[in-house]
Amino acid sequence: MTTPLQHDLDRVLAGMAARLRATLEERGITAPLMIGIHTGGVWVARCLHQLLGIEEPLGTLDISFYRDDFERIGVHPQVKPSNLPFEVEDRHIILVDDVLQTGRTIRAALNEIFDYGRPASVLLGILVERSGRELPICADVAGLSMDLSPSEQVKLTGPDKLTLSLKRVK
Amino acid sequence: MTGPIHIRGGRLVDPSQNLDREADLFIRDGRIAGIGTAPSGFEAQRTIDAAGRVVCPGLIDLQSRLREPGQEHKGTIASETAAAAAGGITTLCCPPDTDPVIDNPAVAEQILYRAGKAGNSRVLPLGALTSRLAGEHLAEMLALQESGCVAVTNASQPVHNTLVMRRALEYAATLGLTVFISSEDPWLAGNGCLHEGQMSTRLGLPGIPECAEVIGISRDLILVERTGVRAHFSRLSTARAVEMVADARARGLPVTCDVTAHQLFLTEMDVGVFDSLCHVRPPLRTFRDRDGLRAALADGVITAVCSDHQPHDPDAKLAPFADTEPGISALETLLPLLLRLADEKVLPRNKALARLTTGPAEVLGNGLGTLALDATADVCIFDPDAWWQVSEETLVSYGKNTPLLGWELKGRVTHTLLEGRVVFERNDSCY
Amino acid sequence: MNTLKNLQLDATGNLRHFLTIEGLKRQTLVDILDLAESFANIKAQAVKKVPLLRGKTVVNLFFENSTRTRTTFELAAKRLSADVLNINITTSAASKGESLLDMLHNLEAMHCDMFVVRHADSGAAHFIAQNVAPHISVINAGDGQHAHPTQAMLDTFTIRRHKGDFGDLRVAIVGDILHSRVARSQIHALNTLGVGEVRVIGPKTLLPMDHRSLGVHVFHDMESGLAGVDVVIMLRLQRERMEGGLLPSEHEFFQRYGLTGDKLKLAKPDAIVMHPGPINRGVEISSEVADGPQSVILEQVSNGIAVRMAVMAMALGRQPGAETGRET
Repeated sequence: MTTPLQHDLDRVLAGMAARLRATLEERGITAPLMIGIHTGGVWVARCLHQLLGIEEPLGTLDISFYRDDFERIGVHPQVKPSNLPFEVEDRHIILVDDVLQTGRTIRAALNEIFDYGRPASVLLGILVERSGRELPICADVAGLSMDLSPSEQVKLTGPDKLTLSLKRVK
Repeated sequence: MTGPIHIRGGRLVDPSQNLDREADLFIRDGRIAGIGTAPSGFEAQRTIDAAGRVVCPGLIDLQSRLREPGQEHKGTIASETAAAAAGGITTLCCPPDTDPVIDNPAVAEQILYRAGKAGNSRVLPLGALTSRLAGEHLAEMLALQESGCVAVTNASQPVHNTLVMRRALEYAATLGLTVFISSEDPWLAGNGCLHEGQMSTRLGLPGIPECAEVIGISRDLILVERTGVRAHFSRLSTARAVEMVADARARGLPVTCDVTAHQLFLTEMDVGVFDSLCHVRPPLRTFRDRDGLRAALADGVITAVCSDHQPHDPDAKLAPFADTEPGISALETLLPLLLRLADEKVLPRNKALARLTTGPAEVLGNGLGTLALDATADVCIFDPDAWWQVSEETLVSYGKNTPLLGWELKGRVTHTLLEGRVVFERNDSCY
Repeated sequence: MNTLKNLQLDATGNLRHFLTIEGLKRQTLVDILDLAESFANIKAQAVKKVPLLRGKTVVNLFFENSTRTRTTFELAAKRLSADVLNINITTSAASKGESLLDMLHNLEAMHCDMFVVRHADSGAAHFIAQNVAPHISVINAGDGQHAHPTQAMLDTFTIRRHKGDFGDLRVAIVGDILHSRVARSQIHALNTLGVGEVRVIGPKTLLPMDHRSLGVHVFHDMESGLAGVDVVIMLRLQRERMEGGLLPSEHEFFQRYGLTGDKLKLAKPDAIVMHPGPINRGVEISSEVADGPQSVILEQVSNGIAVRMAVMAMALGRQPGAETGRET
């Protein structure tokens, strides 16, 4: 059963952008790079990338080859290629995903980024930060926070009009 | 010598006498003493209830390997003759490719001695046609004949040299010996391990073409015609070769031929994905060949069916296909397969039984394979309606290597008598 | 021992071993090609490996020498972060089934996860797959004259990269089809992927008797065989074919079946030329063509790594199908 959630995502994203800008300023970062995680993270990143006016193109990551549940669920043959059209070495990176739950995706994404080079720092921007963390990972900037039971899933649909919905799984 | 036996109420099927009716059989002093009515003064020491069963002459198998001497880890004369008895076979011919080869009287005599000691079935050694089966020098066929070899053969080793083959056939003809011939052109066969056709193409295995057998048979038929030897072609696998034997017989040549029971059922397709249990020589052929063999069996061109029993230890079949040893453990499935041919209306039951009794007996010319009065009392009693499953547990032979594992077969031997003596009796719960 | 079910697939139809193309569904082959495409992109990374098979042990079990095939399998395994063990066994040391099985059981006891097998006997990989412990995957890296499925996949991968859709293609395979495991697997792969027409070109001595069962069109000369083809695959001619009396001489073979610039003009102008290697220059192909603009021979080699990564990843992980929520 899926119920749509009535959040105004434009406002949420604008708030996230403002807070990211403040954090960057606070840390004295002037030219950050942005990387979104496939698929929903890329949609969110595309908006933030625009709102923050980042000049260098948006990077995208597909973390399928870095997942830790490969043995259980295998790998989907149509893995979208990761595309980082820049050097990450010594750069400040804003990593963006749609939902943060267990933290495993972020762990995989960090590993993959490090296979491209050694960034100076990584900030984590998340649209929905929900309960269920299994790793010591938290967002630097989160658009929304939700306390959900393990049987509930929050899902972002896009890419044209971003909307959130809540799905209850058996 | 055991006492007189009365086999009561069975259906007597004896192709040698055109007999197919319910009748009692009386056995005394190792011979058939009466059919239907007891001879005077007959006092049975034992009565076998054969109601609902078929009573027929003990079966004769023209080709089975006992693996002794030389390969006792695969089977022994004692173990494999016990399997023969369990399959209703009372006489079997053992080819000379033992180790050492049966090319001298000592080996033949040893086999006869061991078989006599085991006492399960009559073993008739086939002597070597050439020394060590090497196809170079003639074997001492006279000595072999005198030591009890009923025929000579080069077994599965074709004699490459046509001149040697001609001389060997001439010499055998001189002695009045029958020659068993397995023909194959060695160059065309090469290192093939299955029929050259669809499966060899798919599996990337070297094939043995049909023409290897056909050319081998045609050469040997011409030599048989020239030398006048009495020849028996063993284990034909192609329809074309059988046609050639049929032509030769029609022209009055003294030739006969047999086929293995598995060739009447299996084809190259059964090799499937490298099933080493279907690795046999000659190889399983096409459906066309199988049907040709069946037709020739019904027509009487093929007068005998042999088991070509080749028991193996498990390791012999545990390797990539070409590296495995060919052969099937086949003694105990011989009769049920022939009965199945009758069920499939390929030929009537009494004719099917003739291919296991009178047919091979004529090849050997030894007066066996009959229940006629005063004949040697070799008898097979089987339940024609009993189903059983071929499995490692149900097979008596050491060799469990058969592609029929798991098959349900109809027809099960309950008693086997050799020279009036019960050498096998099934003790299953249902009997 | 010969089971009716496809030995290569597990109960849910996922790839467990990779032994032959025959019997696999088109979707399985497409999945392999798609996944290989994803792996082909990894080379942009500074660290050219992904941690998919971290902690897994892959054993390259080569009973037949092949430095090139072994190397690409080794690289593929290493790029998936697996540990790799190379074992070369001379045929004399392990030609009997028993010692082969003993050796396999020894390796199993060392907790290996995958055997990549190259063997001179047709059916060797099947035999090993039938007899290994259930947790081990077997990849056929060439068995006798039977199959070389990863080579066929890298060839179709290369074709797809150049030609896109398979449906309208004409592919000609030239040379010793009879003794070629590569050709057999290519034919199965091309037919399964729905290639318009697969042709084989060669003298009767080098073509199987029963070619009809392979689903190919047979030609005995290049002139008619190459007309209008999109892909020309040249096979390596083994020297021993001359000794076996199947051909009079290399010279005569090259004259009739060798791929030269002139003969290549018979094919479509944009036809690509492939060869599984190693090349016999001047026997099956001229240098002019092998090094020419239509040749994709070196590309085949680098594609081999991505394709082998895909096959290994699919055999050692579960495959898509079961709807599983992505953990975020």
